[in-house]
Amino acid sequence: MAEYLIKNGFVFDPVLGINGDKVDIAIKDGKIVQSTEIKNPTVVDAAGKTVMAGGVDIHAHVAGPKVNVGRNYRPEDKLFTYEPGKGVKRMAGGFSVPTVFRTGYKYAQMGYTTVMEAAMPPLYARHTHEEMRDTPILDQGAYPVFGNNWFVLEYLKNHEVENTAAYISWLLRTTRGYAIKIVNPGGTEAWGWGLNCNSIHDPVPYFDITPAQIMKGLMDANEALRLPHSVHIHTNNLGNPGNYETTLDTFKLFQGEKPNNDFGREQVMHHTHVQFHSYGGDSWANVESKADEIMNYVNNNDNMTMDLGCVTLDETTTMTADGPFEHHLTELNHLKWANTDVELETAAGVVPYIYSPNIKVCGIQWAIGLELGLLAKDPMRVFITTDHPNAGPFFRYPRVMKWLMSQDAREAQMDALKWAEKVRSATLLSGLDRELTLYEIAAMTRAGTAKALGLSHMYGSLKPGLEADVAVYDYNPETAEDPELIEKAFGNAAYLFKGGEIVVKEGEVVSNGNKKTLWVDAKVAENPQVQRDIAEKFMRYYTVTQANYEVNEKVFMKNPYRIEVDATQ
Amino acid sequence: MAKIITDVVCPFCGTLCDDLEVKVSDDGKEILEVYNACVIGTEKFLHSQAEDRLTVPMKQDEEGNWNEVSIDEAVDYTAQMLCNAKKPLMYGWSSTNCEAQSAGHEIAELCGAVVDNTATVCHGTTLIAVQDVGVPSCTLGEVKNRADRIVFWGCNPAHAHPRHMSRYSIFPRGFFTGKGHKARKMVVVDPRSTDTAKMADLHMQIEQGRDYELLSALRVAIRGNPLPETVAGIPRETIQDVAETLKSGRFVVIFFGMGVTQSLSKNHNIDIAIALTRDLNDYTKAAIMPMRGHYNVTGSGQVLGWQFGFPFCVDLSRGFARYNPGDSTSNDLLRRGEVDAVFVLGSDPGAHFPISSVKKIAQLPSVCVDPHYTPTSAVCKLHMPTAFVGVEEGGCAYRMDNVPIETRKVVEPPEGMLSDEGFLERVLARVKEIKGVA
Ligand code: SF4
Repeated sequence: MAEYLIKNGFVFDPVLGINGDKVDIAIKDGKIVQSTEIKNPTVVDAAGKTVMAGGVDIHAHVAGPKVNVGRNYRPEDKLFTYEPGKGVKRMAGGFSVPTVFRTGYKYAQMGYTTVMEAAMPPLYARHTHEEMRDTPILDQGAYPVFGNNWFVLEYLKNHEVENTAAYISWLLRTTRGYAIKIVNPGGTEAWGWGLNCNSIHDPVPYFDITPAQIMKGLMDANEALRLPHSVHIHTNNLGNPGNYETTLDTFKLFQGEKPNNDFGREQVMHHTHVQFHSYGGDSWANVESKADEIMNYVNNNDNMTMDLGCVTLDETTTMTADGPFEHHLTELNHLKWANTDVELETAAGVVPYIYSPNIKVCGIQWAIGLELGLLAKDPMRVFITTDHPNAGPFFRYPRVMKWLMSQDAREAQMDALKWAEKVRSATLLSGLDRELTLYEIAAMTRAGTAKALGLSHMYGSLKPGLEADVAVYDYNPETAEDPELIEKAFGNAAYLFKGGEIVVKEGEVVSNGNKKTLWVDAKVAENPQVQRDIAEKFMRYYTVTQANYEVNEKVFMKNPYRIEVDATQ
Repeated sequence: MAKIITDVVCPFCGTLCDDLEVKVSDDGKEILEVYNACVIGTEKFLHSQAEDRLTVPMKQDEEGNWNEVSIDEAVDYTAQMLCNAKKPLMYGWSSTNCEAQSAGHEIAELCGAVVDNTATVCHGTTLIAVQDVGVPSCTLGEVKNRADRIVFWGCNPAHAHPRHMSRYSIFPRGFFTGKGHKARKMVVVDPRSTDTAKMADLHMQIEQGRDYELLSALRVAIRGNPLPETVAGIPRETIQDVAETLKSGRFVVIFFGMGVTQSLSKNHNIDIAIALTRDLNDYTKAAIMPMRGHYNVTGSGQVLGWQFGFPFCVDLSRGFARYNPGDSTSNDLLRRGEVDAVFVLGSDPGAHFPISSVKKIAQLPSVCVDPHYTPTSAVCKLHMPTAFVGVEEGGCAYRMDNVPIETRKVVEPPEGMLSDEGFLERVLARVKEIKGVA
């Protein structure tokens, strides 16, 4: 494989503690190496440019059944977006729910190399894998959802953590999944009857268990399994005024808990798209930001990580396994509503949404997402996302970075809101003069996310031995004045190396790379009871046979990459 | 010694039963028995053994005589035809696996083809309605485990999806439905007295083509508003009774078929059926599901969706994907004379399209890929036989509720026979050669 030397760039790498120093990065055999190890490299001149590890997205909805519902039922989302195929590129289009090709190209152009699909319904694992297989360039993995799964509800009702863990191990292997995702625990099962769980102590109909017990029990199982990632939570009561209390109640469930793993992960739980969970007030008339209370907790408890879920003020397509929330949303905006309840497992809904700068609440949501980022004391634990496509499309990350890095840019956007004064008074944003640095951005978009995923041995840094995923941006931190340059440069990587190969050159995609699909194989001691329970449930309640449930790696996955964990001890 | 292969997936209808058992001869070449399948499913398996099956490609000469050609010639003819056409139509895709669909799409992209599937003449109207109003739905297991109110509207599962009622909708005892059909209420809406209708607790024998009115009346009745004495031939009391039955259910499912998607009003029928389902969610839980026909027509819509963003009639002829039902749909293109070559795989338009369309196919360079000689082959210039997907070849297929299942290969195809995917891969390679792309 080719050798490269990326010379003279300003390097930002929180893992190595490199903060804008000019360091040469050497690549050999697909890995980062010491410069002394290469003999005859192709030299890439990065003088005047910013160099970071490839971006790692911890939470986006980019593949699977609900994403495809979004594509197929929104032909209008394709308007003015299509680009013909060229060179190695297939034709590609779509705005908030792009086709798989566009997803791969757009992320690559932002310098991202690894993207996690945040919610995989296990019964639809094949579909999710088929889409990931067809998504070029990116290393991907998918989180199966567990928070409303009947096996989990029944085991945890009886406090059977060991059986829960054995079941999780089986399901991760069977669906080739990466981590334990929880969405509206219990509430989505309640949605099977048109109901919901609005707090973490609301009992789940019939199952006689509470969301709090589900989340805590799954965390115990996660740590017993020593998984690379922690439980990945979207708690109850998303999107409602006053819900910050539910969020804090959820955080507190995990207070003082310790992680157990060999992957360098330090958190016991990741809470996703916290922006949607940080609302005060008791109606849409008086909704206000509670970002300060939320971040106060996060800053003081280092056993958790979170991502922002920044609103980007676009027209987009919301989609979540929080079935009742999507019904609530369609009642609110009267736009089209798709819903699918999945036997024994989960549900999902899809509703288009317009975050209009002319609507007060949208402005408040926009401000809260940024506040969370600006109030974060430890950028290694707080990550940039838009919960793509829920709060906005992923290709707005550079815009979010601009807002986080420039108070002028924030104020300009604030002034452009119709209800700027009302937004100012319901939020804290105008009072925050912090401007995040590139070093902090590197933590929030690669070093921190890779670590939280238990993947710091592969991604997130330019340390020798790691995957040679390197992004070079046409951004000179010494001379750049205009915040617009941030958005422009980080949306158009000058170069992207993926596994040691150049996939983007001067903003153009030149290779489809050699993507990997990551999954976690956690071995547990044999558990005949769980095997029996699985067999019985398939026989009696599923509509596919157990033998037809497993994802066949050869058919459905591109370059499967198994991460082994031994939890038999 | 014969061997039994279990957990076999039936590649016939959208019910996609996956509990079949197939007894095959020791050498793995012959199917001896098929267990658990319905008669049509069984027939599909046994049909692969039919004596009259074609095993070599056949080409029609100017005089209309059929001659055997080699696979290489068939590949080359197909590739040349698609490359030379300005706007070829690549139609079908519903009786093949997602892998073949995917290979076909790549060819279509390189050749600027229109890709359309059989939804164009069945549930395309449903897909359009979903684009208008969305669709609250669920998997079939939710129906089995929860549903106590089942509506079959304009469909006749007793004949078209024979195991649907026993596997999923009426008879099974699920987790919350331990009494099986005894605790379920079954409503059928159909102008005909079908075998399904005969089983119903309530058969609304609607006047032909009046679905929109009756659906509208049900929405009115659910809200408790006044109705005229009869709507669509159904007395007010019956409508109110059905509305009450649905509202009082814990979980309602409406299944609908081509009786509503292809009758007057088309997608508008489905719009309002979905709106009715939405309304019901204000009172109880309700879902709606199309009774998709071909076993993998749903998969074609899915693969088109993630690759191009639209579920059927995708026009790639301008270098970007366009979607405009009524314009980019197969019959409209054929009848307007807008396509200059036709490639068919996984369907039989010769038997199902209007004669005006079939005549157009007969006038154009055309290829039919099918294990059997069909009415479509009769009007095409080249017939390319391939292996039976789901019998002689595995691969992914999507059930009517969009659940993907991997079909299983149970026997070897006749010697030297390519799969759909294998054939398309060869055509793709040849197309790339002709076009000079890497
Ligand atoms: S119901 Fe359909 S899928 Fe099931 S056996 Fe019959 S034809 Fe096959």
